[in-house]
Amino acid sequence: METRKTYHHIRNARRISQAVFLVLFFYLLSKTDVSSFPTNGGLQRLNTPVALFLEFDPLIAFLTVVSAHELYQGMIWALVILTGTFFLGRFFCGWMCPLGTMSHLVSAIHSGRLKGKSRLEANRYRPYQRWKYIGLAVFVGAALVGAFQVGLMDPIALTTRSLADAFIPAWNLFMQSVSSAFTSFDVGSRSSLFYRTGRVFEFLATRSKPVFFQSALFLAVIFIGVLAANRFITRFWCRGLCPLGAFLGLCSSSAVFGLQKNRSACTDCNRCALHCQGGDDPQPGMVWRQAECHLCFNCVADCPEAGLEFRFFPGRRETKAVPDIGRRTVLTSLVSGIAIVPIMRAETGLKKGVEPTLVRPPGSLMEEEFLARCVKCSACMNVCPTNALHPTFLQAGFEGMWSPMLVPTIGYCEPTCVLCGTVCPTGAIDEITPAEKGWVPMRGGERHGSKPIRIGTAFYDFGRCLPWAMGIECIVCEEWCPTSPKAIYLEETQVLTRQGEVRVLKRPHVDPTICVGCGACTFACPVKGKPAITVSNTGETRNPRNSFLLRESA
Amino acid sequence: MTDHEKISRREFLVRGGKAAALAAACTGAGFALHVSEKFPFDSHDDKALVRDLRIPGIERRMVLARGESPVRITRAVIERLGGMKVFIQPGDVVVVKPNIGWDRTAEQAANTNPDVVAEIVRLCLAAGAIRVIVADITCNETERCYQRSGIAEAATAAGAIVERPVEAGFRSVNMGGAMLGTQLVYRTFLEADKVINVPIVKHHSLTGATLGLKNLYGILGGNRSRLHQDVHDSLADLGNFLRPTLTVMDAYRVLRRNGPQGGNLADVEICRTVIASTDPVAVDAFAAEKWFGLTEEQLPYLRLAEKYGLGSASYREIPMNELTD
Repeated sequence: METRKTYHHIRNARRISQAVFLVLFFYLLSKTDVSSFPTNGGLQRLNTPVALFLEFDPLIAFLTVVSAHELYQGMIWALVILTGTFFLGRFFCGWMCPLGTMSHLVSAIHSGRLKGKSRLEANRYRPYQRWKYIGLAVFVGAALVGAFQVGLMDPIALTTRSLADAFIPAWNLFMQSVSSAFTSFDVGSRSSLFYRTGRVFEFLATRSKPVFFQSALFLAVIFIGVLAANRFITRFWCRGLCPLGAFLGLCSSSAVFGLQKNRSACTDCNRCALHCQGGDDPQPGMVWRQAECHLCFNCVADCPEAGLEFRFFPGRRETKAVPDIGRRTVLTSLVSGIAIVPIMRAETGLKKGVEPTLVRPPGSLMEEEFLARCVKCSACMNVCPTNALHPTFLQAGFEGMWSPMLVPTIGYCEPTCVLCGTVCPTGAIDEITPAEKGWVPMRGGERHGSKPIRIGTAFYDFGRCLPWAMGIECIVCEEWCPTSPKAIYLEETQVLTRQGEVRVLKRPHVDPTICVGCGACTFACPVKGKPAITVSNTGETRNPRNSFLLRESA
Repeated sequence: MTDHEKISRREFLVRGGKAAALAAACTGAGFALHVSEKFPFDSHDDKALVRDLRIPGIERRMVLARGESPVRITRAVIERLGGMKVFIQPGDVVVVKPNIGWDRTAEQAANTNPDVVAEIVRLCLAAGAIRVIVADITCNETERCYQRSGIAEAATAAGAIVERPVEAGFRSVNMGGAMLGTQLVYRTFLEADKVINVPIVKHHSLTGATLGLKNLYGILGGNRSRLHQDVHDSLADLGNFLRPTLTVMDAYRVLRRNGPQGGNLADVEICRTVIASTDPVAVDAFAAEKWFGLTEEQLPYLRLAEKYGLGSASYREIPMNELTD
């Protein structure tokens, strides 16, 4: 009876662990503010490691090694989970994964509806649980030829992306609109109850300015779909689709920790299967699927006898340690994964037809290298202080879907900001310093290094520009241009007004040898909708095929 | 004869009554909410607002001080004007409005000198202000501007509340000006008892210089970059709307070229000067001529502002003291 008690304690510990990691995940996501900036050009750092969960993700680590041939910076932490899994099994799924915990919560509603035999049947091992291994093999195949695609479905990337791009902005938007409804009642009395209530809602928002993301609704619908599926099948995502679950399932075949069934003590009450999360058949007399087990400890805690126990080096008579998937299926999936890549690239023509609006964040590697690493996790978009980075849809081809691009009409790239590179878990965006970025002289005035990192070049649309097309004064783009000397310069000219009067005006021009493509001009342009100056990726430093000047610096 | 299911009289009345009540309620609500005229074309009949925060009857004068320490020359100019007590009454909520527009350090002279701001904060608190708020609607990202300018740190240490503007804080205000009608203004500037304008002297390629009245641009939200299309009318309207209690102009470092952002230290001239003025127009006229050789003819907004009674475009008519520290 003592051991039963121990299992109850372990189950409670698992619940606490799930809660702690879920809260930690939300906390890290909401802590995207940089609260202190080096005033003199030192290295900028975030106070909280916002990409921590991504760095601990062994699947991202493994597949970037496959596709980019290196284990980048903090990704080394993934070894903690990986080695743990080799010994223990899928403890990450049951104890730590934020998407797993959210699925667990939604599933709890589902399992309450089912009673008796139907509930037991719902938790039996099913053939669809093999799908995740097929998916994993496809992702591995794609990575073998340099396309890192697992970010589409990796649970940490999926959850980070959905929350950062859709749910956190929605939360903030709601809080801010409630706040403004309260505070707009009265101007003048800061002490009124309305005003104070409004300020509370203001405080609940994680950012002071609302942010918006392209594709937010699309991402939200996918995420809600993933969670809602649990209403029909307990932890459907974890059991059937999750590529990280599949990867950890494979790794757990070597686990020395596991379930030991004791047939003689079993009374066939089947309670062990009532709350089984993985669908791994813990009942004595059935084959326990080790690769499916989340180590939730529900089976042993629910067992009224001594029929089940978790122990080190259990016997394997009633255990299947490797996933139930044939060699031929694995091979076919792998080959399909490999084949998908040239098909995707035949369409986008990675080498030829570069979408001009695809301006990548500063420090991004060359497109092929970039796509071999980008997790599509949206960490860079979440941290971007000006809301400039957005998930692509098809601008970077299907291969680059949900990777970051700069949208200067919504936000521009801050001259001394390098945060996107500091949060990128895999180094798709290099961790550059403000001095290496080189847009503004740092420290003492002189520029470090000879050339700035250009992300594109600005071009005028003279038909929309006020001084060019309409004889109206405006120098806002020049005012905002952050480089020194300014890439935008003014030419004083005389124009004739409609009434035939001579007016002296300043007309702007771009010096392409100085322009870095930050998009501040586009952002500030008073011509809204379609600004009179726009940035394209022409001339970006990372891509020599996209250079257009013979003499690149002034 | 078909076989009807009979209902009781009571049920007949209840069910009929429900339907009638729903119909009556909806019809009533429909007529109550019904508007027969088209939507009024111009619904803005707010009275034009003026925020005149000047001290009534105060003498118009300027005090200029030169010296090594920005803190000491700031203190000196205020002292010579009669001390901060002339401007701040005990219990006042004071907003100090520096230029924190850009992601630049103090040495690059794109933002007001943090030591000047901090000293003004201390003087206000010493004069009995209940709260001193430092705020600006920045161009670049707020937090970065506030911190890299050094103003957030210096002002906080001096005892000010450094306010980061939020989206919800803008109010639609009718300025009733020649150029500026309804504009979005940040609430802090509408709520304050006193506003001290603390601009920095910088080059600007449209007007030649960006000075005190231009610094008031930083109270606005919305598509404010339109103001450059008729910058002189806009600046005069802005000055007419918000008439600051006092202007303290920072010319410790002057950005001579590539304004208003600069970046290159070669564009910065160290002038070690601070000017305090009860006349916001005269101090602009003075600084424009002294550092950029611009006459009042070249800056039409000065004349417009004079016409509105904001001050004197001919700064030589205003008494001026010069101090050296």
